[in-house]
Amino acid sequence: MSTELIHPENPVEQFLRSDRIPHIWCPGCGIGTTVNCFTRALIDSKANLDKLAIVSGIGCTGRVAGYLDLDSFHTTHGRAIPFATGLKLANPDLSVVVYSGDGDLFAIGGNHFIHAARRNVDIKVVCVNNLVYAMTGGQTGPTTPGSVVTATNPYGTFEPSFNLPQLAEAAGAVYVARWTTFHVRQLARSMYEMFQKKGFSFIEVLSPCPTLYQRRNKMGDGLDTMKSYKEKSKKRDGAPTSEVPLTRDGEIVVGKFVDRERPDYLTLMKAQFQASLGERYQEPEMHSGCEFEQSEIDGGTICQ
Amino acid sequence: MKADPKGVLTGTHFMDGDHACCEGALAGGARFAAGYPITPSTEIVERFSSRIPVVGGVFIQMEDELAASITLQGAVWGGAKAFTVTSGPGFSLMMEHIGYAAMTETPCVFVDVQRGGPSTGLPTLPAQGDMMQARWGSHGDYEMIALCPNSPQECFDLTIRAFNLAEQFRTPVMFMMDECVGHMTEKVVIPPAEEIEVTPRRITSRKPGDFQLFEPCADQVPDMVEAGQGYHFHVTGLTHSENGYPSMTVKSQEKLVKRLCSKIRDNFDKISLNEETDLENADVAVVAYGITSRVAMRAIRIVRERGFKVNNRKIRVGMYRLITPWPFPDERIHALAGRIRGFVVPELNLGQMCREVQRAAGGHAVTIPVPHAGGTVHDPETIVAAILEAAK
Ligand SMILES: Cc1ncc(C[n+]2csc(CCOP(=O)(O)OP(=O)(O)O)c2C)c(N)n1
Ligand code: SF4
Ligand SMILES: [Mg+2]
Repeated sequence: MSTELIHPENPVEQFLRSDRIPHIWCPGCGIGTTVNCFTRALIDSKANLDKLAIVSGIGCTGRVAGYLDLDSFHTTHGRAIPFATGLKLANPDLSVVVYSGDGDLFAIGGNHFIHAARRNVDIKVVCVNNLVYAMTGGQTGPTTPGSVVTATNPYGTFEPSFNLPQLAEAAGAVYVARWTTFHVRQLARSMYEMFQKKGFSFIEVLSPCPTLYQRRNKMGDGLDTMKSYKEKSKKRDGAPTSEVPLTRDGEIVVGKFVDRERPDYLTLMKAQFQASLGERYQEPEMHSGCEFEQSEIDGGTICQ
Repeated sequence: MKADPKGVLTGTHFMDGDHACCEGALAGGARFAAGYPITPSTEIVERFSSRIPVVGGVFIQMEDELAASITLQGAVWGGAKAFTVTSGPGFSLMMEHIGYAAMTETPCVFVDVQRGGPSTGLPTLPAQGDMMQARWGSHGDYEMIALCPNSPQECFDLTIRAFNLAEQFRTPVMFMMDECVGHMTEKVVIPPAEEIEVTPRRITSRKPGDFQLFEPCADQVPDMVEAGQGYHFHVTGLTHSENGYPSMTVKSQEKLVKRLCSKIRDNFDKISLNEETDLENADVAVVAYGITSRVAMRAIRIVRERGFKVNNRKIRVGMYRLITPWPFPDERIHALAGRIRGFVVPELNLGQMCREVQRAAGGHAVTIPVPHAGGTVHDPETIVAAILEAAK
C-alpha cells in the first residue's frame, strides 16, 4: 500500500506555509476554521495564487497572512485596508484580500473601512469577529455586545456596539454577508462569491475566542459555542441589515445581505480622466514584468 | 538607469519649491502618491494630481495621514515608486509607518514641509522643528536618511536623490523642506531625461524558492521583489528572519536591527552629501541647513564686509551646509572641531541639530546655537553676533 493512500494530502496544505506550523491559535479558536473555508474558496474559484495577495492588520486574526502561502503582508494595527488600497491601485492585476479582526478593522481602522467602502476600492475584506480584542487579552472592542464581562469592563459592558453589515452597506460595500464558524460550507461559498465580485466586498465571520470571551462569560468552550451558533443562527438572505444586530444571547442572523453593482474606484478614475483628458490620458503603468494571466470561472474572471 | 522621459518636464522654469519637489518626484520615477491636504505642503500633491494622469500613475487622497503613509507602502510592494507629502501634524501621524518602512525595508519617500509647531502651531509659517522627529520619531532603533534642500532647484535635484537613495538602500527617506523653501519661487532647470540618473528597484534575479526577501547582499541591503511574481513572500513589522517569517528571539532582533542601522552607517560615504564653503583655515564654521543656510550666508558676508577682527586678524568664517543631516556627518564635524575655534548653529527651532554638532565636536571646539522659535527666518545679526562670540 502506498503511503499516499494512508496519508492522502490535506487539500488545504498547498495553501499553507507548512514550515510555519504549529500556529499560535488556541484550541477551540475559530480563526483556523475560517482559514480552512478560505482555502476551500481558493480551490473552488481556481484562483491564480501568484496573483493573489493577502493583507492583515495586527491581532490573533492578523496572523492569518503569515500562514498562507501567498504574497502576504502583516501590516500595522488598523491599517490593512489602506495598505491593500495602495497595493491594488499600483497593481490592479492582483486580487487583494484583507483578513483581520473586529478591533483592527472597526476601532483603530474604522475610518479606513468606511472610506474604502465609499470609494469602492476592489478589495475583499474578511473580518473574524470574536467580539473582543483577543491578542491583547480580551478587552472590550467596538463589536463587544452589552452585558458581557471583558478585561476592561469587569463589571459588564454598557457601550453600544456596531452592527457590521449595516455599517458596511451604508458605507457602500457591494457585497455583504455574515456567517459563523459553524457555517463552514456557506462561508466557503460566500468567500467564493466574493472572489467573483468587483468592488469592496465584506464578510463578517462570528468566531469563538474561548480563551478570552466565552470562558470569561461562562459560555463554555469552542464546542459549546458551535452548539449555540447552531441553535441561535437564522439564515435570512437579503435581510435588511438594520435588522441584524448581534446581542449577547439573541438570534444570530446569517446570510448574504447585500449583492449589488457599483463601478469601482479604478473604473471611475479612468472614466473621469478619459472624459477630461481624452487622448492625453495615460493608463497607470508602474509595475514591471508582470505576466497577465486570466482564469475563467463561471463566466467570471478572478485574480487577473 | 536613465529617467523615463514621460515624467521629465525638461526646460527652464520659474517655480516654487513645492512644485519643483513634485517634478523631482516625477523625474525620479514616482508614479504613486497618497496624501492628505496640509499647509504648506499641499501644492506638491496638487501638482502631482494634475500631472500624473498624463504621465501614467495614481494619486489618491486618503482619509488621513495614517492611511496615506501606509497606502504608499502598499503601492511600493505593488511595484510603484511612491511617496507621501505632509507637514507637522500630519508628519506626527505618520511616525508608526516610518518605522514600518524601516523594519520592512520598503523603499519610499516622505516629504515634510516644516511649519511652526508644536501641534497646529503656525500653519503657514516656517520652522525647522521636525529634524529630530525625522530621525527618532518612530519607536525603536533604526537609522535614517534625510535631505534638506535650500532652494527650488534643490527641491528638484534632491527629490530625485531621495528616491534613488530609498531604492539603493531599501529604506524610507525623509525629505525635509521648510515653508520658505517650499513657497519660494526661483529658476529651476530641469535637464533632459537622458541626463537624469535614476536608481531602479533592486529586483532579484533569483527564482522563487531560491530567494529570501531579507537576505542581505554584500552592501548589507537585501534585494527585493514585488507582489504578483510568484514568490509568495511574507512581509511583517514583527522581528523576522531572512525569509521574512516572524522570529521573535533575542538573536533575530539583534541581527535584524543591527543590520537596519549598519546598512546606513556603513554606507555613509555613498549617502552623505554636505557642502563646505571657505572652511580651509576658518576660525568659525556655521553649520546650517534649509532656508537658514541662506540667511547664514548673508551673516557670513556681513562679517567679512565689516572686517571684524580677533587678535588683530580678520575673522575667517565658512559654512558647513547639511544637505543630508541624517545620517549625521560625525567624523567630518569632529575633524573640523580639531581645527577651528567654534561652530555656530542657527536653526528654526530651539536647538536640535546643534546637539549633534556639539556631540560630534567632542569638546574640541565650542558650539554656539542660534535658536529661533520659528514663524520667520533669523535676523542675520543674531548669527553675526554668534560668529563673533565663537571666534573669541
Ligand atoms: C497602534 C497599536 N495599538 C495597539 C496595539 C495592540 N494591539 C494588538 S492586537 C490588538 C487588538 C486586536 O483585536 P482584533 O482586531 O479584534 O483581533 P483579534 O486578536 O481579536 O483577532 C491591539 C489593541 C498595536 N499593536 N498597535
Ligand atoms: S486568544 Fe482567542 S482569538 Fe486568539 S488564538 Fe486564542 S482563542 Fe483564538
Ligand atoms: Mg477580535
